[in-house]
Amino acid sequence: MQYLLLIYQNEASRPKTDDARNKLFAEYGEFTQSIIKSGNFKAGDALQPVSTATTVRVRDGKTVTTHGPFAETREVLIGYYLVDAKDLDEATGMAARIPSARDGSIEVRPILSYK
Amino acid sequence: MANPVERVFRDEGGRVLATLIRLVGDFELAEDALQEALAAAMLQWPNEGVPQNPRAWLVNVGRHKAIDRVRRQASFSEKQKQLEYEIVSEQAAVNDDGEDAGVEDDILRLIFTCCHPALASEAQIALTLRTICGLTTLEISRAFLVPEKTMAQRLVRAKGKIRDAGIPYIVPSRELLAERLDGVLAVVYLIFTEGYAATGGDALVRGELCKEAIRLGRLLAALMPQHPEINALLALMLLHDARRDTRATPDGSIILLEEQDRSRWDKTQIADGLARVEAVLRTPGPPSSYAVQAAIAALHMRVERYEDTDWPQIAGLYQVLLRIHPSPVVELNHAAAVSMVDGPEAALRLVETIAAKGELAGYHLLPALRGDLLRRMERREEAVAAYKEALKLVSLEPERRFLDRRLAELG
Repeated sequence: MQYLLLIYQNEASRPKTDDARNKLFAEYGEFTQSIIKSGNFKAGDALQPVSTATTVRVRDGKTVTTHGPFAETREVLIGYYLVDAKDLDEATGMAARIPSARDGSIEVRPILSYK
Repeated sequence: MANPVERVFRDEGGRVLATLIRLVGDFELAEDALQEALAAAMLQWPNEGVPQNPRAWLVNVGRHKAIDRVRRQASFSEKQKQLEYEIVSEQAAVNDDGEDAGVEDDILRLIFTCCHPALASEAQIALTLRTICGLTTLEISRAFLVPEKTMAQRLVRAKGKIRDAGIPYIVPSRELLAERLDGVLAVVYLIFTEGYAATGGDALVRGELCKEAIRLGRLLAALMPQHPEINALLALMLLHDARRDTRATPDGSIILLEEQDRSRWDKTQIADGLARVEAVLRTPGPPSSYAVQAAIAALHMRVERYEDTDWPQIAGLYQVLLRIHPSPVVELNHAAAVSMVDGPEAALRLVETIAAKGELAGYHLLPALRGDLLRRMERREEAVAAYKEALKLVSLEPERRFLDRRLAELG
């Protein structure tokens, strides 16, 4: 089964020093390599900060474009992984190893497959 | 005459379902197949008699019903998959002659799946009661005071999540087992406390919940004997349940522990509970929270008269419990025990400390205890004020009546 691991974090807890940034970068690199090696990795990216986000809605045929994420919350989407896993436990096991799981939240959502 | 099919469903339904899930590899398919097998049983058994091995009968018929269902649903492109599945089913059915080994694993798998942390707590409870204990949706909805339709939807959504999110049908791996077992025991205890609480609703159904929780405890204790915390929870439930009938009058008024008719306590159940507590306390290692709670219950239940209660030991055990499982409610219970050892003044100091922390702001038992202590210290006006404060916070009718009674006694 395929799962999307959505990484949410409070932007205020992003690393502030170069050292902290490099350390986090290295940890992510390690994690990514490990799931590539184990054959689970399908895709993954960090996202640019939420200040670069734009939300689009079409209502009554009219397109409304607004600045910012769709919902103003403390934790924002900062990245994702698309993984292959044999079941939910394997997917949540991977999610728990994502570095941001320590101070953020990872949503694990199965991909809907059309038969 | 009780319906024999119903009987078998109650006693064996969980095991049959568990085996079917393993055989057909799908929760919902197995459930539908079981329903069809039960329908067939209801038609055939009254005429042909109940089979020698009803469980095996239901498993075999259920398996065939499942194959029929898959056949009806399969498209041409799925023929291959379906054939493979049939082959697997045949082989698995052959192995099923070695009855109990496979069945035990099956039922454990089912319990752990029903109590998977990815399911909402109320869904875990509903699923456990429905699939393992065999309660009807109506019975479960009555016990939890929700409309039947709500409960039915809850079950549908839970099974949907198991299927769509890929919740595995397995006994958890070694690393996850302790944590998952905690979850299972929490569900069992929630079912028990739901039945035990002196709240509204059908009293018979609530008693049934306690019995089901105890049944689940016995099942788990038998299947996983190397985990003493299961036996500890079972002991705790047995001891509480032994006096369940004496806790309230027929019209629902509370009867305090000191007033309960101990001759009506279930002595066999108490003996069973006490024996398990002793066994658990003999196992090496630090005690679980359930073990300490069970030990406290044991101290209450083993004496013939309230006056003989060993309060110093109880107070000591509450201190142990506070170290393992700190909580303001446990602190409050500790204070109540202290009042029986060191007197109400000492307890009142503890209660004020707890109150100052503010964690029990809306909890009526805090001012109620304060009122009790003040009453014993003959500080009448303050006691009245405390009871009145408790009345503002209380929500259940029996508890309200009890507080009114205390106020009336103070004149």
